[in-house]
Amino acid sequence: MAKSLTTPLTDEALADLQTGDEVTITGVIYTARDAAHRRIIEAVERGEQPPIDLQGQIIYYVGPTPPRPGDIIGSAGPTTAYRMDPFTPKMLDLGMKAAIGKGGRSKDVRDEFVSHGAVYFGAIGGSGALLSGTIKGVEIVAYEDLGTEAIRRLEVEDFPAIVVNDVHGNDLLEQGRNEWRRPVASEQS
Amino acid sequence: MREINVTEIADTVARLAQEANYFLPEDVLDALKKARRDEEAPRAQKVLDMILRNSEIAEEKQIALCQDTGTTVLFLELGQDVHLVGGDLYEALADGVRRGYKDGFLRNSIVKQPFSARINTGDNTPPIVHTDIVPGENLKVTILPKGGGCENMSRLSIMRPGDGKKGIIDFTLRTIEESGGNPCPPLIVGVGVGGTAEHVMHLAKKSLLRKVGEHHPDPEVAELEEELLERVNASGIGPQAWGGRSTALAVNVETHPTHITSLPVGVNLQCHSARLKVAVL
Repeated sequence: MAKSLTTPLTDEALADLQTGDEVTITGVIYTARDAAHRRIIEAVERGEQPPIDLQGQIIYYVGPTPPRPGDIIGSAGPTTAYRMDPFTPKMLDLGMKAAIGKGGRSKDVRDEFVSHGAVYFGAIGGSGALLSGTIKGVEIVAYEDLGTEAIRRLEVEDFPAIVVNDVHGNDLLEQGRNEWRRPVASEQS
Repeated sequence: MREINVTEIADTVARLAQEANYFLPEDVLDALKKARRDEEAPRAQKVLDMILRNSEIAEEKQIALCQDTGTTVLFLELGQDVHLVGGDLYEALADGVRRGYKDGFLRNSIVKQPFSARINTGDNTPPIVHTDIVPGENLKVTILPKGGGCENMSRLSIMRPGDGKKGIIDFTLRTIEESGGNPCPPLIVGVGVGGTAEHVMHLAKKSLLRKVGEHHPDPEVAELEEELLERVNASGIGPQAWGGRSTALAVNVETHPTHITSLPVGVNLQCHSARLKVAVL
């Protein structure tokens, strides 16, 4: 049974999550991927405020397809998270409490999640048509010129995800592989 | 001699771009369903269920299976008795991509300058085009919208001849192990062996055009494919690398004669959203 989470996430809710837990997320989340991360970090380095208040927020690594007429968003699944690794410690310092992406994170970044009491969620890569249906509101809030890479404020309802890296330092990719790896006869040949 | 107007080619590319991005090929769907039946890990079963459900929604709503509608890779087999008329072939191909992506509400994912400003070209052009001249008077167009997540995990190794089959297996497995969830398993694993540095990567990519479950006609190569598939699926990586048996749906190996000093090996991974569409004009 999936745990229901409502944004913004509280420290208590985050501490309660274990690697492998299925969750559904309801509330506001923000999108950002490569280009937006770079701009946020550059703005902060110049001494400016980031374009959105990251305190307690979830950042979803996604660049959606354009909506069909009558729709609010197109296909909107997660992109590969490791590309955001270089920017992630700074994002955590700015208050980000969770990220949603696909694939694993570097050991250093996992440690940063732990030290910030933050969580990395995985969503299913390549399920953008399905995930699109959980998005009930969309508004571009910064960097509109980046098109698909602009920062969007999404209102989501029961967005399905899984805890990949919890606040205790566990990693689903490591656990999963260890549990399901098996020897093969041809390996000895 | 048969004439084909490039406008017809552009129209075809525009149509294929949309169909490829909404509808998974039958062989891929069948392989995913089989993976679901064979999968033992409960979490992996759920992931496969959601992937299958996603394909139903994409088809029903005609929206992209994945938001990464890819670099548009086009393979042309151009009959040598065809005379192309009506304009420049490569401009027509780009025009087809431009229209297909716009009309199909597909994402523009190409940036103009790779290492500096990285400004989006705004229409997903240019496509990457591979052209083979073949006998006959037809034109076969294959579209492979290739996602960045899996393409970024491509690897090349120029091995020593003595590294042999074991070298190929170790390198392929290492590539997949290190890629983890990034390329969106369950994968179709493309492996090129032989030729030269650039040709072996081309072979790896081209092997992805094969139907899932079809083996190489050479029994020795087919055996290597089967051994690799068994080893990949014993890795425990599983769908999305969250653990499980179904790490790959297929391993396709293509070979080419090579230099006496060389054993080039290239790996090109295809995500489970293995979009591909073919038309013959």
